[in-house]
Amino acid sequence: MSVSAEPTSVDPRRNGNGPADTLRPHAEHAFADELAALATQDDRPRPARWRLSPWAVATYLLGGTLPDGTVITPKYVGPRRVVEVAVTTLATDRALLLLGVPGTAKTWVSEHLAAAVSGDSTLLVQGTAGTPEEAIRYGWNYARLLAHGPSRDALVPSPVMRAMAEGRTARVEELTRIPADVQDSLITILSEKTLPIPELGQEVQAVRGFNLIATANDRDRGVNELSSALRRRFNTVVLPLPETPEAEVDIVTRRVAQIGRSLDLPAVPDGVDEIRRVVTVFRELRDGVTADGRTRLKSPSGTLSTAEAISVVTGGLALAAHFGDGVLRAGDVAAGVLGAVVRDPAADRVVWQEYLETVVRERDGWSDFYRACREAGV
Amino acid sequence: MNGVQAQGAGEPLLLGVRHHGPGSARAVRDALEASRPSVVLIEGPPEADPLIPLAAAEDMRPPVALLAHAVDEPGRSAFWPLAAFSPEWVALRWALEHGVPARFIDLPAAHTLAWERDEEDEEKPGEDAPDEDVRIDPLGVLADTAGYDDAERWWEDVVEHRGAGKGDALAPFTALEEAMTALRETYGSGGHGRDRIREAHMRLRIRDARREFGGGVAVVCGAWHVPALRRRTGVTADRALLKGLPRVKTDVTWVPWTHRRLSRAGGYGAGIASPGWYAHLFAAPDRPVERWLTKVAGLLRAEDQPVSPGHVIEAVRLAETLAALRGRPLPGLGEATDAVRAVMCEGSDVPLALVRDRLVVGDVLGEVPDTVPAVPLQRDLERTQRRLRLGPEADERELDLDLREETGAERSRLLHRLRLLGIDWGRPAAPRSGTGTFRETWRLRWEPELAVRTAEAGVWGTTVPAAATAKAEADAVAARGLADVTALAEHCLLAALPDALPVVMRVLADRAALDTDVAHLAQALPALVRSLRYGDVRGTGTAALAEVAAGLAERVFVGLPPACAGLDADAAEEMRGHVDAVHGALGLLGDVPAARDGRLRARWRAVLRTLSARGTVPGVLRGRAVRLLLDEGELAQDEAARLMGLVLSPGTPPADAAAWIEGFVGGSGGGLLLVHDERLFGLVDRWLTAVPAEAFTDVLPLLRRTFSAYEPGVRRTLGELVRRGPGRHDRTDTVAAGAPGFGPGVDESRADAVLPVLRLLLGPDGDEETHGERMEVRR
Repeated sequence: MSVSAEPTSVDPRRNGNGPADTLRPHAEHAFADELAALATQDDRPRPARWRLSPWAVATYLLGGTLPDGTVITPKYVGPRRVVEVAVTTLATDRALLLLGVPGTAKTWVSEHLAAAVSGDSTLLVQGTAGTPEEAIRYGWNYARLLAHGPSRDALVPSPVMRAMAEGRTARVEELTRIPADVQDSLITILSEKTLPIPELGQEVQAVRGFNLIATANDRDRGVNELSSALRRRFNTVVLPLPETPEAEVDIVTRRVAQIGRSLDLPAVPDGVDEIRRVVTVFRELRDGVTADGRTRLKSPSGTLSTAEAISVVTGGLALAAHFGDGVLRAGDVAAGVLGAVVRDPAADRVVWQEYLETVVRERDGWSDFYRACREAGV
Repeated sequence: MNGVQAQGAGEPLLLGVRHHGPGSARAVRDALEASRPSVVLIEGPPEADPLIPLAAAEDMRPPVALLAHAVDEPGRSAFWPLAAFSPEWVALRWALEHGVPARFIDLPAAHTLAWERDEEDEEKPGEDAPDEDVRIDPLGVLADTAGYDDAERWWEDVVEHRGAGKGDALAPFTALEEAMTALRETYGSGGHGRDRIREAHMRLRIRDARREFGGGVAVVCGAWHVPALRRRTGVTADRALLKGLPRVKTDVTWVPWTHRRLSRAGGYGAGIASPGWYAHLFAAPDRPVERWLTKVAGLLRAEDQPVSPGHVIEAVRLAETLAALRGRPLPGLGEATDAVRAVMCEGSDVPLALVRDRLVVGDVLGEVPDTVPAVPLQRDLERTQRRLRLGPEADERELDLDLREETGAERSRLLHRLRLLGIDWGRPAAPRSGTGTFRETWRLRWEPELAVRTAEAGVWGTTVPAAATAKAEADAVAARGLADVTALAEHCLLAALPDALPVVMRVLADRAALDTDVAHLAQALPALVRSLRYGDVRGTGTAALAEVAAGLAERVFVGLPPACAGLDADAAEEMRGHVDAVHGALGLLGDVPAARDGRLRARWRAVLRTLSARGTVPGVLRGRAVRLLLDEGELAQDEAARLMGLVLSPGTPPADAAAWIEGFVGGSGGGLLLVHDERLFGLVDRWLTAVPAEAFTDVLPLLRRTFSAYEPGVRRTLGELVRRGPGRHDRTDTVAAGAPGFGPGVDESRADAVLPVLRLLLGPDGDEETHGERMEVRR
């Protein structure tokens, strides 16, 4: 599974630059060859204005080999079901809501879906606490508005409006961060498929092929819950956390190495054991059951996502490199683990202590970790 | 006509089916309608032939099962479950409705049950796992090979929709027979020698039927057997195979079954994962997916989930498109489930679990008429009653049991097990004499409806212990609260059901881990420790119990300090009860050889110390903690006095201080503590006189509660101590100096007068001796 721990940067304008110049090319540029190969060999029926058939979109995301031998790399490693339901949702003209804790590749999946369906992943609204209604509906070019009065020329369309007019896929990132009243402006768009412009007495009607992919974090605190009216307009797909510990260790290791390089951390020889331990702790507390399936555990209030495991390990590496002996040890990650687990000082502390006393203390080879955690304070 | 019938009019009509497959069932019905056979032969134990007419009885409602059991050994049994959508059941009902004779043609259960015994005696022969899968569910394997997760949909897609064409009811079976022949060629006879014998028996029975009825013989059997039944073999060869088979005396009856139990393996091979879905497929006249999703919406609505018809429409669209994307002609359970999750459940698996439990599996309970033969459980009960000389009597009588005697213990176990099964023949009564744990008194009364209860309990097993074990396990899983599970654990020990304990203990440990209320845990611990002690009396293995109790104690230790913070007076009082209960329980746990005991006690003391020192903990709890530590000898008297002085110092609000006193010296033995440690008493006295007048009225009720609980003698002594006030003396100087109302210093002459008596009382013991000497020296 691909992990994108950092939120996607806002990119309101499609830039004309080729992929060579850009720091991070869009999906449709980076995988242009694969998309082209799929398009030429795809003989299945395509919904209106789709670049590929639903089947080919699923293949693009899940990977496979085409009849002529072209290899499509998997973009999403996870349950097939998730991608199939997501693609089908778009094909049935329903809006798609991708839910998941940070680090489950929500943004990544939405970008690739948009690239495969519409050939364009840039019609993007980044949700923040300050996202105004204009970002979803339309704004005005005030110079023009004052000079020539209200007209379509003075109107600045939002990415959503453009997607409606062109029959493409619009994306809304972090939908639950957007204030509730602004969120609800999506209701008309999704149910009536039209966007009225009362100032001009006009409306923009969505043409076939328009759809919307939203992503949201389902365990984050302080979010604006979707109103039930809006929620009804979406089919929801929850992107699961990595299924096996090995997969998760793999993700964490790969990602930590990438981050370490970009932060110019001194190379630390061997941390796989410690990474494995962090992942184990996170998984056990998250799932509420020990890895051997024998003991039930309480789960803390934090999300304990893969992304957090990555940041704990990265922090531990920095500690080990700058202050320790260069080897990632239990002591380097203990404080980070503690900080990730104990989010609510009262309830989570009990959960953590119970975990320490009933699981960690008894486990073979974990005494250093137990001691380190006790020292880190409870 | 082609296929099956083309092979000659005299040839039997072989209908290979998937056991519990609704598609097969429908196809069997159509095939029987189309071919109108004069006899229907069904795979199943021939001992059940006399029971076939009962299938048409009015109060016979599937799911039911044919239960065959060895007469002398009710525990040895086999089930052939039949649901409304089982092809065998459909064939049976068709035969009964059309007045056509029906017969079971599998190998008699007398042999199969005898085999089972041999299997236990010898080693179970090593079987090749994949072959076994093929044999049990060949259609499942074919479907799997074709990339289907549900064999039923494969049947629909491949056999019914793409068969030789609609209208030919026999076409699916022809196609299937070809597939099975190919499969058996690849896998051989499945490597299972017993299949050869069973198939030989079936062939002989088919031959008999053909001789008796001429043509028109229809056979409903597992698809796997069809090629073997088709094969022409010599009668003598078949007879030779059947020669000298072991046999046991066997009885067969109908028992009610449930959908949930259909998902377990039985006489017809593997269980099925989604009986509710299959029942729906079989019952739905058309548009199965639309009807299913409407059903799901109804269930979710009943559970207060906002699901509108709009949701259903979207879910149907999603399911159909998903099926198209996956290259399937019709949506199946997988697509329907995905659609329900994405559209109706907001992506969450929690409501989906409800759908799975209530609809996909379902809560259907079968019924059998009263006229069916007795279930083995009833026989086992009767035999046990005879053995223990404890016959059922309609009149109520009391029964005293001495658990130290073998008969007494066994009778007690039987009664406890029956209570677990809901057969309340005996009810525990207060013992007439003696209170020892080795005595029990029961009030016995056998009422007619208990026979019905016994029949119902037959679902759980064929012997009383086995049924009680199964029931206890099911109860544990279904239990709501932690206390219910501990009660059940206690009951399991009383009923001596060690086999149920692992499950009960696992559930108990799980519940304890997830229960966030320390009060619940603290309540559960004493009951558990009590069970441990019963277990000791009755010689039941309790190692697992001790382990769970220790785990429970650990959780209490971790959770208690935070749970004690910021409580109001009533909650604090309640929590004090829990602290006392846990303390008592840990004391008892000390008698049980548990590995972690020593550490537990030490950790408990650490918890008490934490409690006693934490300012946010209510006074009554802090006081209690100090008291318990003092009693344990963990805290020196001096230290206790220091802590008391700290609390009773002016900085503490009077009400809190009074609560501390209540916690410290409240309850039994508290008064004596004050009587014997005058230092403590002095502290209380000094504090009380210093309480401001306006606070005094608030403090008074608390103090009254504390002191009024003492025995009269203690109260009088305390009163005298107060009255003696200034004249009394203290053994240490710390308090003596400046306590208001007390004279300073030590009254030497009065101390001298006491010393001889003290010596007499305490004896020339080392510690006291030196103490006395020191006093003399000082003097």
